[in-house]
Order: sequence, then C-alpha cells, then structure tokens
Amino acid sequence: MKRTTTSSGLTMSLGIAALVALGATVALGLTLPKTVEQAEYSRLIAIHPGIAWTAYVACTVTALASIAWLLPRTRAAKWDLLAGASAEIGALFTALMLITGSIWGRPTWGVYWVWDARLTLSALLLALLLGYLAIRQVPADPDVRARRSAMAALLALVVVPVNHFAVEWWRTLHQGRSLAQLTPEDSLDGSFLGAMALGFLAMTLVYAWLLVHRVRVARLEEAREETALATAIEERRAEATTLAR
Amino acid sequence: MFRDALLVAGKDLRIERRSRVGLQQIVPFAVLVIVLFAFALDPDRGVLTRAAAGLFWVAVLFSALLAVQRSQAVEGADGVRDAVRLSGLDPAGIFLGKALAVAVQLLVLEVVLGVSVVLLYDVEVVGLGVLAGTAVAATAGLAAAGSLYGALAAGLRVRETLLPLLLLPVVAPVLIAATRASESALTSTSFEVSAGDWLGLLGVFAALYVAFGLFAYGPLLED
Repeated sequence: MKRTTTSSGLTMSLGIAALVALGATVALGLTLPKTVEQAEYSRLIAIHPGIAWTAYVACTVTALASIAWLLPRTRAAKWDLLAGASAEIGALFTALMLITGSIWGRPTWGVYWVWDARLTLSALLLALLLGYLAIRQVPADPDVRARRSAMAALLALVVVPVNHFAVEWWRTLHQGRSLAQLTPEDSLDGSFLGAMALGFLAMTLVYAWLLVHRVRVARLEEAREETALATAIEERRAEATTLAR
Repeated sequence: MFRDALLVAGKDLRIERRSRVGLQQIVPFAVLVIVLFAFALDPDRGVLTRAAAGLFWVAVLFSALLAVQRSQAVEGADGVRDAVRLSGLDPAGIFLGKALAVAVQLLVLEVVLGVSVVLLYDVEVVGLGVLAGTAVAATAGLAAAGSLYGALAAGLRVRETLLPLLLLPVVAPVLIAATRASESALTSTSFEVSAGDWLGLLGVFAALYVAFGLFAYGPLLED
C-alpha cells in the first residue's frame, strides 16, 4: 500500500508526451530555414523562448504554492513540497535560459552577455532561486522548514517588481534601447512560429513531468525520515535482546 | 509598538556603545574596502573618481551584511531570543527596533565612509541634500530587508554563509538606485540622471520591506 516508486500511469503518459514533443521540437527546429542575419543560430527559437516561459511558470507556481501554505485555510504539507519542487526545476530552467540565451547572444550581439534589463533580471532571478533552495536545504522540522521557506519565497517575491523597475530604468537611462526590439519576433515566419509554439508545449510538458516526480521523491524522503528513527531504535532493541540472552 | 521599538533599538545601541564592535571593527573594515578599491583600480586613471558612488555603496552593502550579522548575534547569545519572545514585546516593535538600531549604525558608517571617499577619491559633493536623502532612504531599505533576512537565517548553523546569498540579490535594486541617485550629487559624473525617480524607488523598496516586516516578523521569530 505504501508507495515505493515515483512512477505511475500519469507520469508514464506525461513522460511519453514530453519526450515526443521534445523530439518533434528538435526535429522541427533543425529543419528551420537559415536566416540571413543569424544563419544556424536562429533555430534556437525552437527551444529558448519555451525554456524562458517554463522558468517563469515554475517561479509562479512556487510563489502561489508558498502563499497557499501561508494562508491558514489552505495550509497543507503538499504546498510546501510543491513549492520546493517547482523552485528546483525553475532554477534549472532559469540556468538553461541564461545558457541558451548566451549561446544565441554571441552571434547576434557579438558578446555572450550584455547588461540588458531582461538578462540582468534573469540573473537576479536565478540568484533569488538559489537562495531559496539554500534555505530549503537547511535541516529542520518539516513544519518549521515549510514556514521558513514560504516566508523566504514571499520575501523574494516582493522584490521582483522593484528589481524590474530598477533594472529597466538603469539600462534605459544608459542606452535607451531594449534588446526586445532586436529579437526576430517582429518578422516571424510561420515555420518559426510553429517551432516556437511546439517548444513551449514540449518544455511545459517536461516541467510537469519532472514536477510530479520531484514532489513524489520529496514525499518519499519525508516518509523515510519519519520511519528512519523508529526503525533504528527497533533494530538496536533487537540487538539488545539477543545480547541479553 | 513604537515604544517597544525604541526599547529594542535602545538595547541594541547600548550594547554597541559598550562593546564598540561596529565602531572598532565594521567601520574600519568599510574604510579598508575603500582603500582596497584604490589598490585594485589605479587612482591615476580617474576610474576611482568616476566610480566613487558605486564603490561607496558596494562598501556599504558589505558592511550592512556584517552589521546585520552582529545585530542577530547579540540576540543569539545567552538565550536572548527566547527572553525577548517571552517579554511580551510586540513582534512588529521588535522588528522596527532591530532595524532602527542597524539603520543608525549604518548611517554613522556612511558618514565616515563618505568623508573617506571624498578625501581619498578626489570627489566633489554638490548636492548634499540629495546625498543625505539617498542615504536615509537606502539605509532604511537595507536595515529593514537585512533585519528580516537576519531573523530568517538566525539560529541556523549556516547563517554566516546563507545571509549574503539571500540578502545580496534582494538589495540589488538598492545598490542600483542609491548609486544613480548619489552620482547626480557628485560633480565627477557627467550624465544627467534624475535623482527623484531613484529616490522614489528607494522609498518604495524601504516601505515594502518595512511593511512586510511589521506583519511577518512574528511568524519568523517562532522558528
């Protein structure tokens, strides 16, 4: 009756759908025509926007789950586990977003990194996520950890709009242009749009797949922690009785 | 609540007056950072003068980390944290008091550091009012956010390493806004920046974290 695996019908079908969508995205992305300005690199449009979107979805889920835990009416351990799992995957996708963005930026802008508002915000977001995950790592009673993590998530969430304005003004005051205008989105060809949409779908499916598994792993970890001490005591007792004989 | 805040702030400042940890360790550290910047960036090339505002605020940020850690360390010793909780003081008041004490110490540090920067970096101040306003608004934000994260990390075994990771990305907008606002008050910088917008942003940041602290400090103390 006790669950010993994180796999189920849901994750099987999610996983197959995610892999099929991912395969289709790669296939479609690699067959996209070369563009004049960016040559091969324009094909990154198949994955980079989808990764960025998923990173934001993951952060939103973490924020909402943290709020759900903090509200007394909806407080439940599952929200804490969901927030933590989503933040982990969010950090992964934010890092991937920065990496694929840099790979794309090199041929497009000539450099791996520019101090553009959006890039700077993404980097700050990754730092906030890493801080949040670090505080989750600290061993504590599940309830204490849940409260601490939820507060940390909210504290970080509060700063996001301020960060947005600070970085936006900082950059626009200096150079008065945003890279948003430079992306090829203004003149998107149909096949590019299709590949991008498929990328969104594939990345979201991968996220959902990983999320379900991660929440279940967290639940198993917790169950193990609960029983570990009792099992150890029982084993020692058993030893003691054999010795006494 | 305000009475409680003054009590807690008074306690912390009294401890500081007697121990002089801030004055004898954190302030010299901040000045040392300013001197180290001069070693790293050749003073003859004028980089120091142009970057003075940013370097000043980076030094303040690092010192703020130390000040917050000190502010929480005095709570951790001798079971003070439990005693404060048992005292029946309003958690919002405790938060305001802790933040106020950190803010007062940071303001003193900023004055010393500011004089050092003017003397060592060859900077001329034209807008003392803007500079003072920036210092007050930025310090309020730093102290409020710092006290919240300090309380969050307090009592954890990894607090010394965790606090910078948590606090620095959050106070990034303070660094940006305070630097830009200060630049407009120094002659050394050439670009036109409107200090008003940046001061407003600093104010919003401080207000957000003070408001957050007022109702979130209680649950944080329960850990």
